[in-house]
This record gives sequence, C-alpha cells and structure tokens, in this order.
Amino acid sequence: MAYPTKYRYTREHEWIQIDGQIGTIGITDYAQNSLGDIVFVEAPKVGATLEAGKTFGSVESVKAVSDLYSPVSGTVTEVNDALNAEPEKINTAAHDSWIVKVQLSKPSEVDALLSAADYEKFISEETAH
Amino acid sequence: MATDTVLASETGKTDETAPFRGITRKVSEHVNQNEGLIFEKSSPGKKAYRLAPLDVPEVDAQKLLGNVARQDLGALPEVSEIEIIRHFTRLSTWNYAIDLGMYPLGSCTMKYNPRVNEFVARLEGLADAHPYQPEALSQGAMHIIRDLQNCLKEITGMDSITLQPAAGAHGEFTGILLVRAYHASKGNPRKKILIPDSAHGTNPATAAICGYQVANLKSNAEGMVDVAELEHLVDEDTAALMLTNPSTIGVFESEIHKIADVLHAKGALLYMDGANMNALVGKTRPGDFGVDVMHLNLHKTFSTPHGGGGPGSGPVVCKKILEPFLPIPVVIEKTDGTLSFEYNRPQSVGRVREFYGNFGMFVRALAYILANGPDGLRQTTEDAVLNANYIRKNLEDVYELPYTTATLHEVVFSDKRQARNGVKTGDIAKRLIDYGFHPYTTSFPLIVPGALMIEPTESESKEELDLFIDAMRQIAREAEENPALITSAPHSTRISRLDEVGAARRPVLRWKPETTSDAAPASPEKESLVPASVAEEY
Amino acid sequence: MRYLPKSPADRAAMLEAIGIDSIDDLFATIPGEYRLEHDLAIPRQMSEQEIIEYFRDAANQNANGYASFLGAGVYRHYRPVVIDAMVQRGEFLTSYTPYQAEITQGTLQAIFEFQTMICELTGMEIANASMYDGSTGAAEAVMMAVRVTGRDHVLVAKTVHPEYREVMATYAQHQGLNKQVIGYGDDGRIDLKELEAAITEDTACVLIQSPNFFGTIEDVAVLAELAHAKGALLIVSIAEALSLGIVKPPVEADIVSMEAQSFGVAPGYGGPYCGVIACKEKFLRQMPGRLAGVTKDTEGRRGFVLTLSTREQHIRREKATSNICTNQALVALMTCIYMTIYGKQGLKELAEQNLAKAHYAARTLAATPGSKLLFASAPRFNEFVLQTAETAEQMNQRLNKQKIIGGLSLARWYPELGNATLWCATEMNTRVQIDGAAQVLSQKETPVLTHA
Repeated sequence: MAYPTKYRYTREHEWIQIDGQIGTIGITDYAQNSLGDIVFVEAPKVGATLEAGKTFGSVESVKAVSDLYSPVSGTVTEVNDALNAEPEKINTAAHDSWIVKVQLSKPSEVDALLSAADYEKFISEETAH
Repeated sequence: MATDTVLASETGKTDETAPFRGITRKVSEHVNQNEGLIFEKSSPGKKAYRLAPLDVPEVDAQKLLGNVARQDLGALPEVSEIEIIRHFTRLSTWNYAIDLGMYPLGSCTMKYNPRVNEFVARLEGLADAHPYQPEALSQGAMHIIRDLQNCLKEITGMDSITLQPAAGAHGEFTGILLVRAYHASKGNPRKKILIPDSAHGTNPATAAICGYQVANLKSNAEGMVDVAELEHLVDEDTAALMLTNPSTIGVFESEIHKIADVLHAKGALLYMDGANMNALVGKTRPGDFGVDVMHLNLHKTFSTPHGGGGPGSGPVVCKKILEPFLPIPVVIEKTDGTLSFEYNRPQSVGRVREFYGNFGMFVRALAYILANGPDGLRQTTEDAVLNANYIRKNLEDVYELPYTTATLHEVVFSDKRQARNGVKTGDIAKRLIDYGFHPYTTSFPLIVPGALMIEPTESESKEELDLFIDAMRQIAREAEENPALITSAPHSTRISRLDEVGAARRPVLRWKPETTSDAAPASPEKESLVPASVAEEY
Repeated sequence: MRYLPKSPADRAAMLEAIGIDSIDDLFATIPGEYRLEHDLAIPRQMSEQEIIEYFRDAANQNANGYASFLGAGVYRHYRPVVIDAMVQRGEFLTSYTPYQAEITQGTLQAIFEFQTMICELTGMEIANASMYDGSTGAAEAVMMAVRVTGRDHVLVAKTVHPEYREVMATYAQHQGLNKQVIGYGDDGRIDLKELEAAITEDTACVLIQSPNFFGTIEDVAVLAELAHAKGALLIVSIAEALSLGIVKPPVEADIVSMEAQSFGVAPGYGGPYCGVIACKEKFLRQMPGRLAGVTKDTEGRRGFVLTLSTREQHIRREKATSNICTNQALVALMTCIYMTIYGKQGLKELAEQNLAKAHYAARTLAATPGSKLLFASAPRFNEFVLQTAETAEQMNQRLNKQKIIGGLSLARWYPELGNATLWCATEMNTRVQIDGAAQVLSQKETPVLTHA
C-alpha cells in the first residue's frame, strides 16, 4: 500500500491532509488492516475542540476498540456522517475515508508529523517486532 | 491409538495423502428440530392460560385509568401450551451445557450444578417469601443467610461479610467502595488502584466507576506480580491492589505475603478477586495470607448455575477494619436469639442492591457447602487442581506453554505452534465443538498472545478428560496436516460461523412484524429478519 | 464425595501420569505457613435427605399459609408450572453466557425474543438482555443519561422506590453527580411545579417511577415534555411490570428501566430478579449490558449472536459503559416464557383482574372505621396507600394473628404520611382474604378466618 505523499501521519496511525487552515483526518490503511472489520466510528461533534496527541474518538471492530489521537489542535468543522451507515468504507479505502475536518488552531504542529516516507519506515519497524 | 485405521475405514480410502481428519469419539451427529421465532407461530385466539373467575366486582378499566389506559399489547405472541413447550424445548437442544459434558472455560469454573440445590430453592416458604414480610416471619430465611455467611467467612478466613452484591463484578464494586470508604474515614480516599495486566476486564472498569484512576502493574517473566515494580509503584495515593490469586494463568502468587506487606506499609489495602477460589478452598485461606477484602462468585466456586449468563451472586468478605462500611442492612443477632436486619450504620457505603441480595443463590450455595462438608470441599479443590495438571501434562508437548510455573486449577497454553499454519486459538476452540466439547476461554489473559485458557474443574472424570485430551491432540495434528478443516470449523453444528461483523454494523436487536409497520413505533428502516434464502426453513 | 466422579484408582493413575507422588506436591507453590492443615470449621458432609430437612426446617420458620398484601417492588403473581419445567432443563440451567454462538443458539434466540417482548410492552425501540434488578437498572439508566447528555444534575422523584433511590445514591456518589429529590403532590404523584422549577440546562435526566411507589400512575407525557424542553432525558422506572398489561406504555420516555419479577419470578426473599433497560434506538451505544442481535451464518441461515460487545468491560476495561458482567439470563428466560404463556390477551386480562382486586380491596379497607385511602384522586394499578388510626405495627400484629400480612409500613421512608401502609392486591388475593383483612381492621375482637 502506497501512503499518499500529500498527507502527514502520526505514530498512532492517523493521517491528515492540510488544506489552508483546514485539516482532514482519517486512519491509515495499516491501522484499518490491524483492526480488522470496522463496525463503528465514534467521532466528536461539530464544534468540539481537539488537542494534538489527545484522543478524540474511537474506531471499533467486533472485538476491539481503538482510540483516535488527533494529529493537531483545532475545532471540528465537519464530521463524516456517511461512516455511520457504512463504517466498512474505512476498510475498503482508508485513505479516502475521512473522519473529521478541523480548523487548525496551531498550524505549526503539522511540522512535527511524519511524512509518508517516515511513516512507511515507522510501520515497517513496528511490523518487524 | 488406532486413529489412522479408523480414518481410513471411515473415508473408505487408504490414500496416505488424504489430509488428516480426527475421529470425534465423544459425539455423533444427530438431527435436531428447526424452530422459528415464537412470534412467527402466533395467531389471534390461541391461548396458553386460563384465569380463575373474578370473585370481586368487575371494573371498567377505561373509566378507572382514563387517558393512561392501554388499548393494545402490540406483537406479544398468542400461542398454545404445547407450542410453548416445544418451542423452548427445541431451543434448549441447541445449547451446550455442563449437563452434556465438559465445559473447560478458564476462569469461569463451570462445575456440576447439583439438582438438590434447585429443589430446596423452590421449597414453599423460601421461594414464596416476600422480602418485606415481618422479621418474625422470616427467621428461616435469615438463618440461611447467617449460616452461609459463617461458612464463607470460615472458608476465606475473613471476619465480616455482605451477601448483597448481585454478581462478581457487583461484588468488586462493593469491595472497592469499602476500600474507598475506609481511606476516606482516615481523611483521604486516595487516588489510584493498581491492577496487574493479567486481570479480568471487570477490575479496571470497577476502579473507574468508584472514582479511581487505574495504574497498570506489569507481570514479571513468570506471569506473576513483580514485587520490585510493585514497591516502586505503591505510594500514599495508592488505595489498593486488585489481585487475582491464583492469577489468571493459574499460578499461586507465592510472594503473596510480601505483596501484602508492601501495600500495608504504605497504608494501601490488598483486594483479591475471588474468581479463582476453586483452587484454594480448604487448602489455604486468603484471610491468612494478607488479603483485606475480596469477592466470591457463588456461581463459580459454589456451584450455583450459570443459567446461560446469570443470575450470579458476588458476596464480599473483609477484615474487621472494613466492617463499619458494609452495605446496609446487615444481619445481627438480638439478645433474645432472634435475627434482625440492622439499618442504622452511619459509616455504611449505602445500599448496592434492593433487599438482601440474590437469596435464591444463597440457598443453592449453602446446599452445596452442606453436601460437601470440610472434607468434600478440600477433595473438590484437590480434584480440580489434579484435573488441570493432568491436562497440562498430556498436552504440553503439542501446545506451547508460555509460562512453565506450576499451575493450580487451570492451565494456559498459547497457539504459537498452530499459528504457524494459520490456525489461531479461536479456530481450535471452534473445532473443539465438533469433538463434542465447549471451547476453552480464548484470547485471555491478555499477557498471553493467542491464549488457550483451560479450566476443567473437579467435575470431570478421568474418562472425560482423556476424551478431551484426545480431541486436543487430534486437533493439533489437524493443524499440521489439515489446517483448513480447523479454520472453517465448526462443521457439526446447526449453523456455521455467524457474521458478527454484519450483526454489529447494522444491529437488529428485535423482531418486527412484517406487515404492520404502521403499528410499530417509528424507527429507522431495518432489513427483513428472514433472508430470502432460508425462508423455506420456517 | 458424591459430586466427584473419581475412584481412588483414577486419582492414583493421574498422579502417576503427572509424575508426582502426592496431591500435595501440586500445592507446593503455596507457602507452607499458609497451607491449611486442619478441617474448615463448617458443618460436616450431609446426605441429600439431611440437606432437604435443613432447608425445610428453615422454610417452616418463615411465614407459611399467610394471606399477603405486600407489594412494594416485589409482586406475588401466579407462576404457571410450564416456567420451571422449561428453565430446569439442564441445557438452559447449566449453560454459560452465549459467547460461543454456534452452540448457544437456544439461549440467544430466547434473549432475542425477550428483547422483542420488552420493546413491545414498554413502547421502546430497543431493550437489553437484562440487568441485575430494578434497583441497579435504575441506577445504570441514570448513569447512561449522564453519558448521553454530558450533564451531571439528576432529578429523582421521591415516589421512586426508596431502595432504588438508595442504590442510585451509592452508584452516583463517586461519579460527581448532583442529585435532587422532587417531592409529591396531594394526588401522590410527582410535584409538577417543583419539578418544573428544578429542571435546568444542567439536568441530565428526570427519574420517575410509574406506577410509582404509592401505586399511582404518573402522567408520563407531561413529564417528558417538561424534561425535553430543557434537553433532559426522562427515565421511567417500572417496578410492577404487569401494569403494562393495562396501563399505557411510557412511549414518551427516553429510557425505561423495568423490573420484570412480576412475570413468573418467585419473590424468593428478594432475588434473583430481572431488571431490564429499554430505550430509544439513538442511545444504543450508551446502553449497558448484553445485547443479542440477528445475523446470518456462512450458508445464509438466520442465527443470533451477542453483539456490540465493545461497550462492555471485557473489551473497554476502565472505559466501559458499566462494569456489569453477568446478566440474569435464566430469570429473563422465565419472564420470556411467562410473557409467552399469557401473551397479548392474557396479560391484559390478568392486569384487569389485578385492577379489579385492588379496586375492591382499596374500597373495602378504606371503608373500615378510622381508615382512609390516600392519593385517591390519581389513577392506580394494583397498589394503594391506606392511612389508619392505629400504627402499622399495631395493625399488622393484629393481622398476623389471623395469618394475614397487611400493608407495608411507610413510616421508615415517609414519616409525613403518619400511620400509612402500602397495600397490594393481585390475582392471588381472594375476596375472602380481602374481606378478612377488612374485618380485622374493623373489629377489636379477633374474627375466625378461613382461607377459601
């Protein structure tokens, strides 16, 4: 799986796409693959405040719950409600299935995130363990 | 073993290359009845009841109740008595049960549920007793409570007890409330509870509900409490350690007293999860080795039936220092020798359940204790431990034993060897069904990846254990030679593996009448319950 | 020991197979100073006959052959024999929680039917597989409302069963909840003015009971409107499930917490019973307890599984919606069979009988000298509050002598009501019993009563 170079990544396996002041957040293909069949996405409400590195929701498979960690700080502007009816979209296209959009409050935080190449290196190390 | 010969004759082949398929000695397939939902049998006018004639004047419900009168009971069924008997009897035949065979669920202690327990629980005078009937007319029930309390205190070596909690997790909740009240009475409830990574999921959930932070305690290489790590973690903010002993890998914490000392030195308490008490009864007592408070599971150690998931009962026993905080009411003996409930206990944590607890379970547990006596209880524990070690000895060459420490009442293997062929613990568990056994506990404890947690209990004969061992060994061979057979198991059940993902993604949690959608309460669209492909079954 | 299936030879053979000489070798990990070297001081091993004798003796020390008018959260209804015949089948009785769906379809389908019947009865969209009982169920419902709304103020009617309120207080004490009790009006129902004034934007929920502890039926629609106007949830606790045979279901509520003991579960001196939480589907993710759902197997056949288990403790651990682990499966099965036996028509007819019996009892007892029916203006089901000239203790002493257990004294929880007792009359109470109780209340000398 090629990880889009236009995204940045966290070590907790979220991706973020930056478009001006708006960040679009989802989970990586690696994450969906290790979780297995996703049955539910618990996302915050529009207007919620996110803090970089803190949990903002969770993704559930039948027998596991994984917390979502925000790559950046900001305010939620939009939530992908389509995932309520079809959470499996994350399994089929993780990098096209965004979970929330946020208005960035500290855009400089993005610089600390991993590039696609760094992330691929990170997961190859994690898999090797 | 003549496995190969039998296999050859069964398949009619002598082909050496045919993939190995084990012989299921314990069971053979037999037909069972199909049965739809009870609602699908319902039609207006069918009845399974007849009321006695009313001996008081009839009333006009509409007039008495006005706008709160109900007009219709919706889709509740209308069926006859024979249909009800067949319905529930047919459903029952789809269940596995202890009464059918070994139930090696680790940590669940699925032992024989004696029938005399059921008989005495239904005696008139006990079953019909109303919890609010006068104490003078309840002395028999209160004697049962007191006698069971005395037995459980003696068995655990503790000073005080409450029978009120309705289940094990409820007992944990009560026990941690006692801990909190104790610390609070000393001026500081403290902040955190230490929980080993091998613990049951209820432990952290309980600590959180009682307002505590959970601090994770890593196990050492033997899967036991790392005393050095414990010493490092325990401080004046530590309220208690919640410890399962023997641990979830079946190992007795031999440094238990040191653990208690480390905690007590900082004013913290030792809470013991009594889930594994079946390994200890009559052989050692938690009260003697430093435990301050623990819960028991009457539905595990003391043979009250699981009933498909309850009811349980989770008494909490504790040391004298915690007695003032016990839930109200407590049973006391008055000067005239009669028993009474005492409600005026200002330091009590309050009430955790209405009335006095699951009394029906007390009756059953006491009947079990009386049937055993001290010698029977000790022999029970010894047999439980003997059975687990017999299984361990006979399987350790084919299944990986991640912790080689001596085990008591249960043994935990891992699927490491089988996983090389793509066969996981969950698959082996499902294949075990084909061999006529209920699966063991899978994927727990979390410290063992791919865990197979096996607790045979004392209720299994050597013959049943040998059949189990034989099944497990054949499955191990199948894992080498015929892994696909295991990963697609079970093959012998009414239904094959169920789509749990679909069930969770689009939950359908109730039946709805198909034609009267306008009468049903408004709710999002649901798929029809009967897939077209199986409609002919009903 | 008769429950242990081993001969001495079996044990010896097993020890040999393990490679040890003595069973005590297996307990070597227990430090010597903690090994019990003597017998536990508990009664000696008894025969089955002796065990039955022990419990018969105990049963004989309890009330036997008394006519009882007790209700107050535990109701005496006739239990059809079919129930015990079915739940004593070993396949139900001795089965574990149905995690292995392929071999527990019986329990799972029964739970699914139970959930469906509870929805039909309560007017809610979903129901769980059961809770411990009505008291813990009500407490769990309140915590659920707190999670749903993100608010922490809880309003509780004083007419909710006092023991339910006590349990709730125990649960809430470390959750940082702010709890306020709302009094009742002259009709024995929640004081609407007081409630309206108390509901704010911080109110998570209003917990009421209907029929309430006094037996009067609350106006759920009005209460729902008041709660919803401020974004709070309305939780309706139902202790007498049979009331739903004839009382309009609380469809306007958000969460219903019900005790289903009335449906074929013996009073059994306080338990086990069967709580259940039902609610609107939108609160599904915050619902505690187990849930059975329908699905298909690999061949497309209908089957049932426990589902949405990610809400539960064994997965979420400290983040779980509740620490609840067991439910009351076997008791839920009893109630499911009961609801099936009486069904759509029977529950209604039975509820009508209860209404008639209680109406007759209330009228008859209130007509005795010095007695008065309290809260007479509100609709009731099968319970009522009687105020008497003498204290509850005096009255009950006289009744007990005639083998009658009268109403429950309310003095412990509602001293403001004076000599008030809570009475319940069900299909189990004959006219002779009711008339007999009235006779005792009317007369000083003791009448002779025969139970017809």
